[in-house]
Amino acid sequence: MDFPYIVEPRRDTGLYNAKLGIWLFLASEVMLFGALFSAYVLLRVGAEPGMWPHGWLNVYIGTANTIVLITSSITTVMAWVSCKLRQYRRFKFFHALTIVLAMTFVCIKSYEYHDKFTHYEITLANGKFADGHLVERSKDFDLAKKTGRVTIHGHEVDHEVELMDMQRPEARHIQREELTIPATDIKKMERYGPWHHTYLAIYFTLTALHAFHVICGALVIGFLWGPGSRMWHTDPERFTNRIEVSGLFWHFVDLIWIFLFPVLYLL
Amino acid sequence: MNNSMTMNSGHSPESAHSVRGYIFVFIALLAGTFLTVWASFIQFGSREINIAVALTIASVKAFLVAAYFMHLISERKMIFCVMGFTALFFAGLMGLTIWSTSPDSMVHIQHVP
Amino acid sequence: MEKMVHTFPPYRGHEARHGQPEHHDPGFWRTWIFSPDHKVIGIQYGLTSLCFMLFGFFLMLLMRWQISKPGVPIPVFGPLLEKVLGQAAANGALSPDLYNSFGAMHGTIMVFLAVVPLAFVAFSNFVLPLQIGAPDMAFPRLNMASYQAFVIGGVIMLTSFFIPGGAAQAGWTSYSPLATMIPTDGQIFWLAGMVFIITSGLLSAVNFIATVIQLRAPGMTWMRLPFFVWAQFVTSFLILLAFPPLEAAAVMQLMDKVAHTSFFLPTGLAVGGQLANVSGGGSPLLWQHLFWFLGHPEVYVLILPAMGIVCEIIANNTRKPIWGYKSLVYSALAIGFLSFLVWAHHMYLTGMGTKVAVFFQTTTMIISIPSVIILTCFFISLWGSSIRFNTPMLFALAFLPMFGIGGLTGLPLGFNISDVHLHDTYYIIAHFHYVVAPGTIFALFAGIYYWFPKMTGRMMNEFWGRVHFWGSLIFMNVIFMPMFAQGMAGMLRRMADGGANYSAAVNSRAGADVIGGLSNNIMALHTWILWGACVLGLVQIPFIINLFWSIKHGKKVDSDNPWDATTLEWQTATPPPHTNFPVTPRVYRGPYEYSVPGHDRDFTPQNEPPK
Ligand code: HEM
Ligand SMILES: [Cu+2]
Repeated sequence: MDFPYIVEPRRDTGLYNAKLGIWLFLASEVMLFGALFSAYVLLRVGAEPGMWPHGWLNVYIGTANTIVLITSSITTVMAWVSCKLRQYRRFKFFHALTIVLAMTFVCIKSYEYHDKFTHYEITLANGKFADGHLVERSKDFDLAKKTGRVTIHGHEVDHEVELMDMQRPEARHIQREELTIPATDIKKMERYGPWHHTYLAIYFTLTALHAFHVICGALVIGFLWGPGSRMWHTDPERFTNRIEVSGLFWHFVDLIWIFLFPVLYLL
Repeated sequence: MNNSMTMNSGHSPESAHSVRGYIFVFIALLAGTFLTVWASFIQFGSREINIAVALTIASVKAFLVAAYFMHLISERKMIFCVMGFTALFFAGLMGLTIWSTSPDSMVHIQHVP
Repeated sequence: MEKMVHTFPPYRGHEARHGQPEHHDPGFWRTWIFSPDHKVIGIQYGLTSLCFMLFGFFLMLLMRWQISKPGVPIPVFGPLLEKVLGQAAANGALSPDLYNSFGAMHGTIMVFLAVVPLAFVAFSNFVLPLQIGAPDMAFPRLNMASYQAFVIGGVIMLTSFFIPGGAAQAGWTSYSPLATMIPTDGQIFWLAGMVFIITSGLLSAVNFIATVIQLRAPGMTWMRLPFFVWAQFVTSFLILLAFPPLEAAAVMQLMDKVAHTSFFLPTGLAVGGQLANVSGGGSPLLWQHLFWFLGHPEVYVLILPAMGIVCEIIANNTRKPIWGYKSLVYSALAIGFLSFLVWAHHMYLTGMGTKVAVFFQTTTMIISIPSVIILTCFFISLWGSSIRFNTPMLFALAFLPMFGIGGLTGLPLGFNISDVHLHDTYYIIAHFHYVVAPGTIFALFAGIYYWFPKMTGRMMNEFWGRVHFWGSLIFMNVIFMPMFAQGMAGMLRRMADGGANYSAAVNSRAGADVIGGLSNNIMALHTWILWGACVLGLVQIPFIINLFWSIKHGKKVDSDNPWDATTLEWQTATPPPHTNFPVTPRVYRGPYEYSVPGHDRDFTPQNEPPK
């Protein structure tokens, strides 16, 4: 007995199995990311006045990454259309682009992560705050023993609140310079990791989960592009379905980013 | 390769016409991206308006992706139903959670000396 | 007993008595361990979850001992525990920390590793494709992956008992900040385990929904689906849409634990009198909302499959069409929809304002209506029928009043005013155990006795089945009925000494037996419950022996349809071959055509062509 509706759609539902399956899976993904977005809103609404950060991420890098993903979406569509038109070469070309774009996205994202992990907020002994990217630590730098000093490229402010809104017009005129601070002046020193602020917590969680999806999607598409494409020669119809289904997943990942970008970078 | 095609599923992306459609959507998405970045640099008077503008643009973009790239627009009722209910429950999750944790709807304990 | 009608179904091929078609023998590993066949996966899930259930039950026995005899070494098992777990079980008694661990793990194991996988995954896997006339699940390999993820999740949970600090201690609800701040990595294991278990549940849910929508046999229209299929269909949607928020929450709590974020940790959080070293700004209520957004649909995940099983068995043994099939279907759909809108009735005491409380109280009251409709339909179906009292039917019948008690005692909890008194007391424990233990688990027993002949070709022993039934019925009630009284008297749940210290403290301040203290009678019920639980354990022994003994030595079925049932799973070989039906069946009628006038037999299979 042949397994039904793997290739041809069922008459009354108009769907083949895998297409229904992927849509159901995407429904659960909507709830997964939906819960995280709800968490974002709740944390933001619940933050103390003035303590929700703005403009902590580089908008231009974010925009570039958005364009990368959108472009990968159109190449995915074109790969599928090529399959439908039975143009194998074109399919190979477009999905090669998709994979390259996916890797570009991940690279840019890791650069951004790196940027955050070298960014420090330093609580000074005099109650002020220094904030900026690490330039160097002296060899004997040790916070616990209070020896050595650290150099950052950044600026100094009187109150922590002033570090929150980097979007306000005055923030554009901040002079950043190299500051060298001896360990004896440092009360606390913390990177912009997820533990630093709930904004960063949700930023890292959302984008890491999203990047995980990008990587998984790229692996699937990579498989279909490489070893999986053997099916093209035996069962092109079914192969086209696979390209469609993996494409649906890919577009969904793109769709999530369309919301992540303004929410995390712009607002 | 040959161009003969066996068509048996619902929608046909085959024609050059629909490829043109995809490219149009792509351009619209790019435009939306630039628009939303540009809008974020403008002060509309209150942050709420900025948020509304950005989310509106994002929703339009999301609609374009879902409707055309994921061809939801020509999809069967079944999938529409599933995604509709999902959207509804997501709205319930977010809406009811925010509503019930907003300070206005919480009980405030007053310490009486 | 009633007379057996010998019928030989139309699709019985010559390979009928073999599990696998002759032409290829995939060997033991491929047949039983890494099989994509839905029937094998169903049996795998069934056996694994039964083992987990036994283990969870055993944890509970140890806890009951500790509650009724705080600090007294546990006979026999105490020294063993001490050997395995060391200091936490010093002198063979549970330390309060260990008690908390066992409590948390009892709940987690029972809900996520025993009842859901058994009621939902195991039964749907075995029965659902057969009932709709499908060759297998829509995605057989995904199905296998689901079971593997489940096993991994289960192993992670079990491993956590042996790490330093022990397993998770913050209850099956894992409220933050408590869960985050208890200094054991058990919580990390719990969260990681949950991520696997949830993933496995999602894979199954996708599979079941796709199977029902895509693989129904020709003629199997929506309104001809057996109610069991409907129930599992709705359940799948609950899993599909309610589990992901918990997965998100688990990821966030994991971040709180490992990356030291503050998703659920508020500003100014103090632990042991010291300001915690966290950034703060998080929201403890967020965890509760995300947890209960799953948690409430989850309770319907526990009960809907049970209702489906009971419906099949009642229809079969009353030899009558089920009363109000359409009302059942619409009620199940209504329950599914509404269960996403009631979750905060678990949170009335979190500072929720009246407007919100009234909203959730209203939806809670509305959702009890479809439950009552379903129960009523079952009761009316019994009316005036000549019932066959076999073991499955006894369990199915007992389900009705037990679920009734559980459901009705939920109403006072649904009203926020009365819940203020009852929240977090033993009353809650009694409420949900009535629904799940004598309720759902009875339905599961019924299902096992009922479908066992299809799985093995042999019947389970009737006499020992009855012993099992009466023992379980009596002692379930011995255990849970007193808890209502204890709860209403004010005994809180989750106290390692069963409230002895609390009671003593209150009494010494205000004199014995004032409001607030717990009277000796109430405290004495602990002993009663303890012995009830022990005997309940004993009467499970006949079941376990019966289950395994009957595989080889049970009475052979004399046809493929020993219960004279109408649904499709009985119209194929026993056990059904790979791909189930030699020829795809065609369906001509509804699922419960029993005693149709003018037919020569008192049942008409769904695939019997009209004359
Ligand atoms: C049909 C009407 C039902 C109503 C009105 C109802 C109402 C409630 C309410 C209001 C609570 C929270 C009490 C509190 O924490 O103060 C509760 C707890 C609970 N209910 Fe129900 N319930 C119903 C049915 C069910 C069913 C069918 C199940 C499971 C199969 C169930 C399982 C539970 C569980 C597990 C808890 C306790 C959760 C915990 O705190 O650990 N309930 N119920
Ligand atoms: Cu509930």
